Amino acid sequence: MPTWQRATVVDVRRETPNAKTFRLKLPAVSTHVAGQYYVLKLTADDGYTAQRDYSVASVPGSDLVDLTVELLPGGEVSEFLHEVVEPGDELEVRGPIGGWFAWRGDTPALGVAGGSGVVPLMSMLRLSRERDPGLFRLLISARRPADLYYADEVVGPRTTVAYTRQTPPAYPRPAGRLTAEDVAAVLEPDQTVFVCGTPPFCDHATDLLIGLGVGSERIRVERFGPS
Amino acid sequence: MLSDMAITRGFTGRRRTKDPRLPPGQYDAGRDWPVLNAEATPRLDTDRWTFTVDGLVDTPASWTWAEIQALPRSRYEGAIHCVTTWSKFDMTFDGVSVDTLLEAVEPADSAAYVMATSHTGYTTNLPLEDVTDGKAWVVWDVDGAPLTPEHGGPARLLVPHLYFWKSAKWVSGLRIMDSDEQGFWERNGYHDRGDPWLEQRYQGD
Repeated sequence: MPTWQRATVVDVRRETPNAKTFRLKLPAVSTHVAGQYYVLKLTADDGYTAQRDYSVASVPGSDLVDLTVELLPGGEVSEFLHEVVEPGDELEVRGPIGGWFAWRGDTPALGVAGGSGVVPLMSMLRLSRERDPGLFRLLISARRPADLYYADEVVGPRTTVAYTRQTPPAYPRPAGRLTAEDVAAVLEPDQTVFVCGTPPFCDHATDLLIGLGVGSERIRVERFGPS
Repeated sequence: MLSDMAITRGFTGRRRTKDPRLPPGQYDAGRDWPVLNAEATPRLDTDRWTFTVDGLVDTPASWTWAEIQALPRSRYEGAIHCVTTWSKFDMTFDGVSVDTLLEAVEPADSAAYVMATSHTGYTTNLPLEDVTDGKAWVVWDVDGAPLTPEHGGPARLLVPHLYFWKSAKWVSGLRIMDSDEQGFWERNGYHDRGDPWLEQRYQGD
């Protein structure tokens, strides 16, 4: 397994009021597969450490990796990253980790994301746009337009956004929870389905998928949350 | 002593008084019980639920829900530790000791490892000595209430001295083996043993 490496923060970008993307320069090219994550460790001067897992949003093949971090209320690590970290800082990371929630870009796949769950699926979307855009579809559930991550990039012919609370003006879909119709519209045979979001979102999405006849062996789930 | 550590600029951390019950790199999740699994949460019917111990044993055995409930009860009170860095204290789990289940099948002399299996197909490997002598249970109640599906109900394995991915949710059985084989997370990079006090999170730790 990979050992700890020191990465340098080269860019910090605000995605939404609650999310920032930290672009890290690694000592070597990242070997991650789309969907995988890194462990990030903070160390105080007395040796106290705190570490958390953060999914990679960028594509493989570069020594730059983008980790998007949602600010969690009271989150010891996310609050520090949001409030203190700036370009030039060094952070310790270890990875990539996770061989199950991972897509190599050569088979049909569907991503179903709730909120910050879009992060590992963004890596898949970006990879598909480089390789074969026809292989990947993305269905995102977001609260309101201001909460959509990667808003200037994520939209496109293979992306559907379902807003739960508030939509942009004249949006064809009314605000509301993800429905079976939303899922059916993006479902294709032979897709591996990657579901990522909070535990309640993942349970809702997998219930919809199973209700539409998708076998559980085709569904891979990554549950995000305070951990 | 700290010369090989990369100090993070400006980081002091919150939890200054370290709870001695907390293994390195873990934090107290308090009342929260985060949920982590890589599959759809199954809804298992106890009418058709079974638990099987087979592999290198004298007599393989299977229990129905009613049969396993009729075995002598055993309780665990204490902490659990998840590899994603949360720990949770003062939990009470009720079920049956794995020792009771193994007595019924009599593992062979060569038995050294077990593969825990789930009704979902999830697997995780453990040394036999980590599930014997009062260190492991099959549990169905937590803090006096039935285990919910998202936490592995109707019954899960409980091996609380190891990271919690070893405590297979929706457990369906144990296969006794003479050599180690890797389970689901272990094939995906996680440690074969997973001792939180040694921070055995990933392969090579």
